[in-house]
Amino acid sequence: MELAITLILFVALVTTAIAIVVMRHLFSVVMLSGVFSLLAALLFIVMDAVDVAFTEAAVGAGISTVLMLGTIALTARSELPPAKFSLTPLAVVVLTGAVLIYGTLDMPNFGTPDAPVQMHVGPDYIAKTPTDIDVPNIVTAVLASYRGFDTLGEVTVVFTAGLGVILLISGLGKRQRRKRGR
Amino acid sequence: MMFAFVTIVILVCMGVVMVRLFSGPTLYDRVLALNVFGTCTVLLIGSMGFLFARPDFLDIALLYALINFVGTIAVLKFFRYRRLGDAPHDAEIIMVQENEEDRTAP
Repeated sequence: MELAITLILFVALVTTAIAIVVMRHLFSVVMLSGVFSLLAALLFIVMDAVDVAFTEAAVGAGISTVLMLGTIALTARSELPPAKFSLTPLAVVVLTGAVLIYGTLDMPNFGTPDAPVQMHVGPDYIAKTPTDIDVPNIVTAVLASYRGFDTLGEVTVVFTAGLGVILLISGLGKRQRRKRGR
Repeated sequence: MMFAFVTIVILVCMGVVMVRLFSGPTLYDRVLALNVFGTCTVLLIGSMGFLFARPDFLDIALLYALINFVGTIAVLKFFRYRRLGDAPHDAEIIMVQENEEDRTAP
């Protein structure tokens, strides 16, 4: 049953991706990219990566849809037809995909109990979190305490990026220009 | 058994909604399809949680419902005012209303 759901979701994901490539109308592409993110988040949930699914839904389906709509508001509403068919991008994509799939061949299978992820520090975290940190959720304990500085750095980076985007799309310059014009 | 049936029905619904999303003649069909797809996602997370006997992920379904709502509001606001962020001036609202037929064009 789990395998069947995974396969159905993957088929839907690939169909959506092809539709995104084919379509020229950018509003529809934004809608489809929202659906793509929702499907990816569902796949993450099927694979038990709940925190990744959380992020994918909030960023992919929520914020990036809004940001892409803002971009369309500032630029054009439909994509120009391609000038001529070129094989180079397709070759680059296929090659990169092949290299990535080749890279996964060394990795342990999905959910293997003796994978390095399960053997290295995971058992320590599970054993020590109740006495060290006293937070019931181990993921929270790892992110906010064991890797606290790492998380602080990430939050700084995300805050800076968000600040930059807000400054870019808020139309601050436009408003000042309008005032000066009057 | 019941949850398996519910999951299959929700997956079929998602397929039908995706057909409307790909072929939808107007923009509003696609916005509505995205909204319904998000609702289907929320339902699927819930039913899959009970199907795999781990209903701990129901709060994620709540988050998805909120994101779905905010996303739809943003898209519709964009269709109404042609921009996000600051509120438009009154003159621009009237201008948008005059361009009503432009908005519904595919």
